[in-house]
This record gives sequence, structure tokens and C-alpha cells, in this order.
Amino acid sequence: MQTMKLTLKIWRQSGPNDKGRLETYPVEANEHMSFLEMLDVLNESLINDRKTPVAFEHDCREGICGTCNMVINGQPHGPMGGTTTCQLHMRHFKDGDTIVIEPFRARAFPVIRDLVVDREAFDRIIQAGGYVSVNAGQAQDANAIPIEKETASRAFDAAACIGCGACVAACPNASAMLFVSAKISHLALLPQGKVEAKKRVQAMVNQMDLEGFGMCSNVTACEAECPKGISVENIARMNREYLSSTLGSEVQG
Amino acid sequence: MNWFTNFLTSSIGRKLIMSLTGLFLILFLVVHLIGNLQLLYSDEGEKFNLYALFMTTFTPIKIISYGLYAFIVIHAVQGWILWRKNVAARGPQGYAVKVTRATGTNARAASNMGWLGTIIFVFLVIHLYQFWLQMKMGALESKMYDGVAAADLYTVVKATYMNTGFVVFYVVSMVVIGFHLWHGFQSSFQTLGLNHRKYTPLIKIIGKVYSVVIPALFALIPLYMYFKNAGL
Amino acid sequence: MMLDGKIPAGPLTEKWTQYKSTMPIVAPNNKRNIEVIVVGTGLAGAAAAASLGELGYAVKCFTFHDSPRRAHSIAAQGGINAAKNYRNDGDSTWRLFYDTIKGGDYRAREANVYRLAEVSASIIDQAVAQGVPFAREYGGLLENRSFGGVQVSRTFYARGQTGQQLLIGAYQSLSRQIALGSVEMHNRHEMLDVVLVDGKARGIIARNLVTGKLERFGAHAVVLATGGYGNVFYLSTNAMNCNVTAAWRAVRRGAYMANPCFTQIHPTCIPQYGEYQSKLTLMSESLRNDGRVWVPKKKEDAQAIREGRKKATDIAETDRDYFLERRYPAFGNLVPRDVASRAAKVACDEGLGIVPTGLGVFLDFASAIERYGKSKANSMGLHNPERPKIIELGEEVVKEKYGNLFEMYEKITGEDPYKMPMKIYPAVHYTMGGLWVDYNLETNVPGLFAAGECNFSDHGANRLGASALMQGLADGYFVLPYTIGTYLANDIRTPKFDTNREEFAATEKEVRERLDSLLGVQGTQSVESFHRRLGKIMWDYCGMSRTAEGLTKARTMIRELREAFYKDVFVPGSANEFNPELEKAHRVADFLEMGELMILDALNRNESCGGHFREEFQTPEGEADRDDDNYAYVAAWEYKGWGEDPTLHKEPLIFNDVHPSKRSYK
Repeated sequence: MQTMKLTLKIWRQSGPNDKGRLETYPVEANEHMSFLEMLDVLNESLINDRKTPVAFEHDCREGICGTCNMVINGQPHGPMGGTTTCQLHMRHFKDGDTIVIEPFRARAFPVIRDLVVDREAFDRIIQAGGYVSVNAGQAQDANAIPIEKETASRAFDAAACIGCGACVAACPNASAMLFVSAKISHLALLPQGKVEAKKRVQAMVNQMDLEGFGMCSNVTACEAECPKGISVENIARMNREYLSSTLGSEVQG
Repeated sequence: MNWFTNFLTSSIGRKLIMSLTGLFLILFLVVHLIGNLQLLYSDEGEKFNLYALFMTTFTPIKIISYGLYAFIVIHAVQGWILWRKNVAARGPQGYAVKVTRATGTNARAASNMGWLGTIIFVFLVIHLYQFWLQMKMGALESKMYDGVAAADLYTVVKATYMNTGFVVFYVVSMVVIGFHLWHGFQSSFQTLGLNHRKYTPLIKIIGKVYSVVIPALFALIPLYMYFKNAGL
Repeated sequence: MMLDGKIPAGPLTEKWTQYKSTMPIVAPNNKRNIEVIVVGTGLAGAAAAASLGELGYAVKCFTFHDSPRRAHSIAAQGGINAAKNYRNDGDSTWRLFYDTIKGGDYRAREANVYRLAEVSASIIDQAVAQGVPFAREYGGLLENRSFGGVQVSRTFYARGQTGQQLLIGAYQSLSRQIALGSVEMHNRHEMLDVVLVDGKARGIIARNLVTGKLERFGAHAVVLATGGYGNVFYLSTNAMNCNVTAAWRAVRRGAYMANPCFTQIHPTCIPQYGEYQSKLTLMSESLRNDGRVWVPKKKEDAQAIREGRKKATDIAETDRDYFLERRYPAFGNLVPRDVASRAAKVACDEGLGIVPTGLGVFLDFASAIERYGKSKANSMGLHNPERPKIIELGEEVVKEKYGNLFEMYEKITGEDPYKMPMKIYPAVHYTMGGLWVDYNLETNVPGLFAAGECNFSDHGANRLGASALMQGLADGYFVLPYTIGTYLANDIRTPKFDTNREEFAATEKEVRERLDSLLGVQGTQSVESFHRRLGKIMWDYCGMSRTAEGLTKARTMIRELREAFYKDVFVPGSANEFNPELEKAHRVADFLEMGELMILDALNRNESCGGHFREEFQTPEGEADRDDDNYAYVAAWEYKGWGEDPTLHKEPLIFNDVHPSKRSYK
């Protein structure tokens, strides 16, 4: 098994009030490890040296929960397209590489510690309207409304968002529009979600603005880095929904 | 009108303003280019000066031109506000290493629209001072064409384009405008929500052609005149 | 002591209807003043918190994640069962009930399972109404597929991300209630104890994971929806942070842990590849719809593949043993998980494993690709297409069905599963055991409820595929919101609980001391290293097959490990800060106790059933030998104190409507 010697430069910050800095660590890895397992090895050795391990978030390690988040050599979730950090494997790095690891950076994602940031702004945006107002027990039969296969499939494409925040981290403007538009699209495409679509788009955009995210310049870095391949088509759809809702309907946000 | 001001100051409202004013300026560039191409006639500026006279005296055009001034200012001011807000949203701590990739545009142009715009704005100020302001202030000589008196803008233009420094400045500015358009053209459609799996590829192609051809033709004029007057 | 499951009287098919019509109800004006704590925001927790909020209760909801959208329900791939009979293939509530009871090897309560089958259809309705984008056919109606242990097509799915989509649906409903103010959400809070007042669960102590502060929360009832304990094995398909702490803390406060030895080993996971490995990744059971499981017939071939001298494709068709098809012709590759896992283990034990560790078998899509390719070519009007064309078309169809799973496999292993068969091996996946609950999902501690994987109730000794999502959502949306009312209806005069009460202070003090003691050891070994050793003991002796001898040995080993843990563990940092190592230490400490209980339970159950396979109890053909005369009961264990043996309580399982038969998939 090929062993590789790597140099890691990792952002260390003990808390929100600490200024933070990049610190350098050597680590030995091999090509079968996942990126996070490589960090586990580092942490294990830090603990054995009675030092504070690097705080980073992770959970499912299957690329679906959206918990893991770090910027690896300037790219959220690292160099491989369509891949979360936990699904990134060390065979994509070479012996002798230097890897710079930083937290997702945005004013709306304050650092809690090291690579851990607070992404509750996303929750608050969903709370503003990212749902269908249906109580348990109210639903009609699931097959009562046929939905075109293609439409359902597009709704799924948007719904595949894992809420990791890579779009914000990648965007030069720290805009959250890909995340917000994915939810708006997912629900606006389906007949079940259309009922409240007008109100939803106004409320969610409003909350997004309040959270201090930047504004989209259509750079499409979000789409390029999104581990789930969410398309910027959704942003166009959100714009459309927003314009027709604010200017073309009587609904007040 | 609370809902309306809310709309205008929302992120999408601000983007909409950028998009609409941008699209207007894109259209204006064509009109402007058609006029400028008159400079290529070897008629000592007759067609060009008459065109300039028409543009400054025909009432509907005059009305539109006030709109144009307003849109330039709005596009610039709004762009500047967006730029500031976006820098603020990024937060004080930047990335030590940052790679910006893009899927549907030029990442470098797209993430530097503020800088490109600033350069274009500086260009505009100089450009307007050199030609438009001279014309407006009546500082130009008049020439008679079939009994019609027209300000002789041509001579000023010709003099400017004999200066190597200005020619370089104009050509470089056109390259900058080209980059600005490369991203801006298709981006304005995306902002308006005009994204369609069948038609967007076409819009993108038109945008790319537009952002190369129009600035190239603009840049051609000073080069042509420079070399022509230099006798090359 | 015999436990009372509080199963309502009446015929099986009427029980739930009658229960709902006659149960006590809390009036809307009273609900506002009644507080309910829901711990966990997976399918069961998020659904319960949202539904209780919709009903008007004042809900406080807790998750240790940064957001209630991340629980491990999200990783479920294949689908969710429901007795909709949209295929017209003879499905019914009864059939789903029967399949589930039989699949669980007759170790689940009839009434609970029937109720689960009854509400299953409403779950799909609810999910669709929330905007869950299930797979659809060209006519716009819902698509289905088949899962193991079942002969009808009743599994609804959303590509390979069904769990994610269902959880997002529940999360959205929960978000709506948070916005409406009926649910107070506490992210990044980990429950570390239950507070009992006069013997009833009346609150929790939670640690704010950002500040490290211990916080007290009071309520009229506490619902635990905190998932399973599969991570006791260290390597499992569970998420890294899945843990038993909430449930175990409830056990320490008197709740009974039921059937802890019933753990599910999932047959199709990516095999282990290294010592540093942190988790195992599941490949959805849905793959067995089209994938064929095999090993080489000859040991020499297997060895050649292990050593890299041969490839799977070098083995001739006649030299392959499609052992599931051979052993279980009726169900073939779609036998239930326990059966498939054991068969893979048997093959590998015989020296036929095909990965370097010897622990792996093939899951092959070649024949499916060919079959689909031909049918696609046919539908395109291509007659006598070339073989490469057939393969190309077949790969397209397979990609459409399982694309994201194939991609995930390729990302992890670096091998292309379209060209080479997948390599798979069983891994710990789910725990059927859990907190003992009655028909109301209430534990033996009054006011303490358990929902989803956290309870033991519906899957017996083995869970069928696509039934975990069903059970989590059934509990959360359609069972608990009703049954909790029967408890709370007696509490309408109870005022809100003052968390300055002595009981809260005392419990908080205990939690603090526990954390301080973990930090105080200041030994030399990392928490992770203990966890890894515990996992190895559990897997070796309490995994896919168990013996009395091995279990007895493992019990001693775990006790020694636990002793070493409290003598020599090193936890860096302090309790008053963001400290993931401290969180982990507390969880591993609880796993070290839970592991021993699982072993005790496995030792007690002198039979083989479902996921519990005792080598001493097997038929001559090597199938599980169940003992209904002596073990048709739920084993519920009562904690008796540090170092003491727990007490066993039995709830007899009475089958009035189905007759436990030998479970055969031949």
C-alpha cells in the first residue's frame, strides 16, 4: 500500500473571538483512506501528543447528510466534482502534496471552532417558507394528482440539495441563492407546492437577504462546486418566481 | 408603495435593475457602433458629423438619451452598491487559497465584474469629456453640409486617434468591455429568469459573439484611423 | 415480572380503529399548556415533533446536529414500504403485516405490526403532500420496486435517496412548526440524562455543545427518538455520531432495554479495506433486484482473485456459485437480510471470499445489463443488435435505476461497477432491539416514550428492507401523536415544571460529575482506540454468529476494557467548551455498558432467530433453529446498578392471528 507524506495547513481558531491562523502539520496517509480518515489519523496523533485535535464536522460519511464542510486547496469539498469531503479519497492526492484546509467562509456562517461553522441561517430560511403547509392526516391519496415524470425528476434534482453550504463558500459574493432556489424550485415544480409558491418565494428571499448573504452575480461557482450538482437553472426559476410573485400578483410577502 | 421599495432593495430586485439597465446599454452599444462606423468613410467626416447632429437634435432620440444617461448612472451606482454588499457578505477573513471555477461563464470575468465596471466607468468619464461634453458645450467648430450646420466632431475624433496613448487606452478599454459583456450578456437573461434548456445555449452563443464582435469593431475604428492618418 | 404490552382488546384488524375512537383526548385549549420534549430529529423525531406541534402541544425539540436535517435517516437509500397495492399484485395490509411478522422471525408483537401495516399507506399520502419527489412512471403515477423477503412490489422510492427525501419532508414540516412557534428547536444540544419527578419522566439535562453548558428542560412527557446502537460495533453503516447515550441514560433511570441482541447485519456493504477505516458504506438492498450474488466454485479461483492474479470476469459461468439462487430458489437474491448475510459468511468461511481479507463476495450486474440492453434494443426497434450495443443500452438502463449508488461505489473503491462486479460483504446496519415500549410506545417509565429505531417494537429479530423508514414515520406522524394523548390527558392539571426543582439540580449534578470524571482520568489512550477495541470484540463474538463460549469470553473482555477505559482514557480539553472528544468519550462509555447487555441477552437466548444466530442452534442445513416453546418472548432488561447483573423481564409474545411457522425462503 502506497504511503504518502503530506503537509497540511489547517485553519485553527479556538472560538468566535479568536483571530485564527493557519497551522502546519505533517501527516502520513495512504491512498485508500478517505479525506476525513486522514484527518482522523492526524487527530489521533494530536491526541497522543496531548494536543487539541482539529475540530471538524462530519457524520454520515456517505455524502448525504451535508454535515461535512471544509475548503480544501481553495475548493469547497476539494478538487473532485460532485463529491462531498467525506467521499473524497486520498488517491486523488500525491505524496509530498501540501493541502490547505479552511472553513467555509461567509459573514452568515460564523466560525465556531477551527473548521466548524454555524449554518443555522439555512434553517431560518427554510423556516421562512420552505415547506408545504400540510398537517399529518390531511393528505389525499398519493396517486390522486399525477405528476409528469420529467417534472417530478426535475423537482428531485432540486430537492437533492444536502444543505451543506458549499455554494455559499464557493461564491465570491457568499450568496446563498443556489440553496434557496433549490428549495423554491423543488416545491414550485410540484402541484402540491404550487399553492403557496407566491408567498413562499417572497418570504424565503426576504429571509435570505436578512441573513446577510451576498447577491448572485451568476458566477456559477456554486454549481461548479455543488456536491450534488444542483443547477443554476434553479436560480433563474427563483428569479422568475420572485418577479412574478412581487410584481405580477397581489400576494404581499 | 412599501412593497415596491422592498422589491427594489431586495437582492433579486437589485439584480433585476442591473440586468435591465445592462440590457439597455447592450442595445445602445449597437446604435453607438452604427454611428461610429461612419468614421470609416473617407469623406472627411461628413456622414459622421451629420449622424452626430441627428443624434443630438432629433427629439425622440434626445428623450432616449436622457434615459441612457440615467441608466448608466443607475447601472454604475447599483453595481457599486452590490459590490460593497457582496464584499461585506464574504466577511473580513478571506481564503488563503481560493479557486473560483464556473460552469457557464468565464469565472475570472464573472467574479471581477466590479473591477471591470470600474475601469469602464473611468473610460466613460474620459470618453464623455473628450467628445460628448465638447459637443454639448458648443466648443466645436461648425461645418456646413448642403446648407445644414453641423458641429465638426470628426476633427476632434481624428485628432484624438492620432495620439498613440489614446488609441491604446481605447483598445484596452474595449477589451475590458468585451470581458464585461462576455459575462454580462447571458447573465442578464439568467437574472430575468430567462433560462431554458432549449434556448439558453443560443443566448450564450449570441452573447459570446456579441461580446467579441462589438468591442472588436469599436476598437477597429481608432486603430484604422490611427494607421490611416499615419499613412500606413 | 411479566410485562404488560397494553394491547387493546378486540380482533387484530379492529384494534387500532377502536383504540383511536375510544382513547382519551386532550382539548385544544389544554394542549397549549402541555409541554412535550422530543429528543432526536430523524424520521421519527422530526415527524413526531412536527405532528405534536400541529396538534397544538408546546414542543421542545433537540438534536446534537447543527440542523434538524442531518440525522442518519437521511442515508436510507432504497425505499419505504406501504401496502398501497398500486401494482395490483395482491398486496394488502394483511400481507404487509404477515411479511413483516414472518420477516422478523416471529419475535414481534402482532398488534404493533398490524398497526404499522395499517398506517403505512397514509405515510405515502403524507409524504407526497409534503412534496417528496417519489419516482414516477410516464403516466405520472407512483413507481414501485421490490425488496427482500417479499413477493410483491410495494416499495416506494426516490432514486437512491429515499431517506433523504423523506427526512427533508419531515424537516420542512418541523420547520413550519418552528416558524409558527409551536416547536422550540434546540440545535447542537445533546441529551445526557432524563429527569424523573415522582417516578415520571419530566425533563432532560442537555449539554449545549457549543458552550459546553448543561441546560435543564422540563416537560410533561419526554419522547426519545434517538435511533439505534449499531455503533457499538465501531464499524457499521451508521453515521459517525449515532449513539446509544439517550436510550442508555433512560435505561440507567429505570427504562427496560428489550432484545438488545437483535442486530441486523446488512449483506451488501462495501468490504472493509484498512485498519484506520472509520465506517462502512451500505449499497442499497434494491441492488439485489438486479444484482446476482456469487463466489467462485473453486478455492483456487477465489485465491487467485484475492491475490490479483485473476479477475471476476475470468471465471467461467460454470465455475461460479450463485449461492443465494442455489440455496433459496423461491426468493433467490431477494432473501431477507439475515439469510443473505449468513450465506455470504458461510461462503467466505469456506475460503471462497474474493477480497484480500477473504471477507467479500461479488454482486454482479452483468446479466441484468444484458437483459435490460436486449429489452431496450427491442423497444427501440433494433433487431439483432451487436453485443457492444446491447451492453451500452443495458448500462444506460442500469444507470437510470442505480446511477448514484454505482457512482458512490466507484468513488469509494475506485473501481467501475459497470465493468467489474461489485465486491460486497455484510456489515452492521440496524438494531431491532431498543427501549421496551407498550402499545402506546411508552416505556415502563411513565411519561417516557420511545419512537423509531430507538424502540424495539415492530421488527422482531430481523427487519425487512424499506421498513425502517416506514416505522419511523408511522411512529412519528400517525402513532405517537395519538397514543401520547392517553398519557397527557391525565396531566392537564399539572402545571409546567420548574427546572429549579431539586430533581433537576440533582440530575444535572450527576451529569456534571460524569463529565468531570471522564476528563479527570487524564490517561494515555484515546477514546477512539477504546471504541475500536470494543467494536472488534462485539463483531467477533456477538456479530453474525455467536456461541455461548465466545459470548462468555467477550463479556469478560468488555469488562476489562471498561475498567481500562476508566483508568487510562485521555480526553483533551474541558467541559466548558466545544469539545467533540468529550462528546465521544461519553458515548463510548455508554457503548461499553450497552455492549455487555447485548452479550448477556445473546447468551440468554438459546435459540437462533433472525439476526441472532447461535451456532449451537441450527438445523442440519445450517438454517436458524428457532425455539418457540421457550423463547417466544420479548426479553426486557432492567438495570440494577454498576457491576450488578441486570434483571430479565419477559413479555410473552402471543400469536392469535398468524401461526409461527418455520421461516423458509427456499
